[in-house]
Amino acid sequence: MSGKTLFDKLWESHLVRENEDGTSLLYIDRQFIHEVTSPQAFDGMRLKNRLLWRTEANVAVPDHNIPTKDRDKGIEDPISKLQVDTLDKNCDSYQIKEFKMSDPNQGIVHIIGPEQGLTLPGMTIVCGDSHTSTHGALGSLAFGIGTSEVEHVLVTQCLIQQKSKNMLIKVDGELKQGITAKDLILFIIGKIGTAGGTGYAIEFGGNAIKALSIEGRMTVCNMTIEAGARAGLIAVDQKTLDYVNGKPFSPKGELWEQAREYWETLQSDKDAVFDKIIEINANDINPMVTWGTSPELVVDVESKIPFSTNGKIQPALDYMGLEMGMPIKDILLDKIFIGSCTNSRIEDLREAAKVVEGKKIADSIKLAMVVPGSGPVKEQAEKEGLDKIFLNAGFEWREPGCSMCLAMNADRLESGERCASTSNRNFEGRQGQGGRTHLVSPAMAAAAAIKGHFVNVTTNWNN
Amino acid sequence: MEKFQSFTGIVAPLNRANIDTDAIIPKQFLKSIHRTGFGPNLFDEWRYLDHGEPGQDCSNRPLNQDFVLNQNRYKSASILLTRENFGCGSSREHAPWALEDYGFKTIIAESFADIFYNNCFKNGILPITLDMEIIQSLFEKTESEPGFALIVNLDEQSLIDSSGNTLVFELEKFRKDALLKGLDEIGLTLAHEGVIRAFETNHQKKYPWLFAT
Repeated sequence: MSGKTLFDKLWESHLVRENEDGTSLLYIDRQFIHEVTSPQAFDGMRLKNRLLWRTEANVAVPDHNIPTKDRDKGIEDPISKLQVDTLDKNCDSYQIKEFKMSDPNQGIVHIIGPEQGLTLPGMTIVCGDSHTSTHGALGSLAFGIGTSEVEHVLVTQCLIQQKSKNMLIKVDGELKQGITAKDLILFIIGKIGTAGGTGYAIEFGGNAIKALSIEGRMTVCNMTIEAGARAGLIAVDQKTLDYVNGKPFSPKGELWEQAREYWETLQSDKDAVFDKIIEINANDINPMVTWGTSPELVVDVESKIPFSTNGKIQPALDYMGLEMGMPIKDILLDKIFIGSCTNSRIEDLREAAKVVEGKKIADSIKLAMVVPGSGPVKEQAEKEGLDKIFLNAGFEWREPGCSMCLAMNADRLESGERCASTSNRNFEGRQGQGGRTHLVSPAMAAAAAIKGHFVNVTTNWNN
Repeated sequence: MEKFQSFTGIVAPLNRANIDTDAIIPKQFLKSIHRTGFGPNLFDEWRYLDHGEPGQDCSNRPLNQDFVLNQNRYKSASILLTRENFGCGSSREHAPWALEDYGFKTIIAESFADIFYNNCFKNGILPITLDMEIIQSLFEKTESEPGFALIVNLDEQSLIDSSGNTLVFELEKFRKDALLKGLDEIGLTLAHEGVIRAFETNHQKKYPWLFAT
């Protein structure tokens, strides 16, 4: 019998029963809840007079609607306010732990889970949010679900699931100096396409993945959904254990020892069989920039927008106001957004700050903003003086939240505005109706802010 | 959830690949705390010429006449025909809520994104996957035959056009049952309450740190 993949192991350790129809009942250890996809789930539960299964398994935080400035004035938009108030009310009435807007530890749900030690290796983790795949970076099985399933987990602590297939993306070689996890995942999406991972759980392995920090691994797993796979995961190693150790809610003392012993087994067996293996050479990767309205429409910064005769990319070019053959470095920008669950951790801010230190944003940039992923990230950045570096360069320094990644709060692009963004989706209208998004790494966004157009941060770009 | 019944519906062609859930229902409408009322804002940015906000009366908004759902011949469509990777992106169940509220009961595509596909079955929508060649021929028919309609028979897993041409589609049995019987999945899971409790007790013994806080 062949060995098991990490995904197989996590699946089996949470398998409650196999149903007669070929589906499985899977036990869920942790459910994260935010304000947008949960109100209807709580309503559904109440309508049927059903009870919450296990209070402590749930943790909530408002993030999507949260204002990133003048927070003491509260939420101006009454509809957004009602949604956040509804989350507060639901959490209060079911006694669910919530990091409210005023809590110093509030932040984007996928940032605060790992940061607080509420995400642990070996867990099954769900949230009504597709970027739940982020948490797989710590060796957990984590995936996004719809609101009906949020309700299912609230009431039963389980989900009816069909097991995904196993894919391994093996990244060997070494990322060149200045190339980040964001460039790597954009490169992978460009290679396999936005539906390349549909039906799979993707494990990322190989030397270049091992060499990434935990924060970098989170960036990779975060955007697994942009490759079509609900779950991305990475084996536990010493870095994982060091990251989890000492977090506010991670196990301590005897429990830590017990947990650590188990977590050390969370890798795919050497003879594990994957349904599909994709090999990537890390040395091939340059800074990546998306030019279209799907994350798969991506090239490296030294390239031109590709030529195509089949007409398929024309709607994307029309929307983006770009032409085939145009050099990426000629694209002029209006706004810069550094933030989101993909790239708003302390390392991301350090990388961006290194680029802008002592420089000023270009006159043509209307707005450049940094939105830290959480209260603790913001505090740490301020301790290191990063806020001053950004402010001196002409950036705005904001309060934590999802912000202009999806523009549910007041932070958005106006029609026709073009943005270099460290977020995860360049869909039409994603950052504001008519807005044009180019996905890049934090360093690339920072350099674009200084020059007003894209540059290759791995070169002597500021001369 | 109501049981899925066989029906005859006009087919509207939406000839684009990778339609994401942000396009199906833009973010500003996700601020609602209800499950209903999303239909008027389905494909809002493509359907209207102005910017839409929640709570607005959509009946007087300027329509984008080029958008397929605004063309008279497709106005009463209940079957949406589209290309690959429909429903990619955000997990928002508001997407199937909006499609259902608008009146779509079936979506035919070359492929679907996983989370969206799963969400459809929780809301009485039947997503059907067909080969690219078949999809192409259906697109041609929606163009050439005004009022092109299909009978959707879930029980038989068939699509029949007015000339009697029959297409058979694949569907996993558990998904078919969920729609045909209008199953309450939570109720079904709760029927295994004892098994879940026993699992949980054992799980806690093996991984006590998961239950420590």
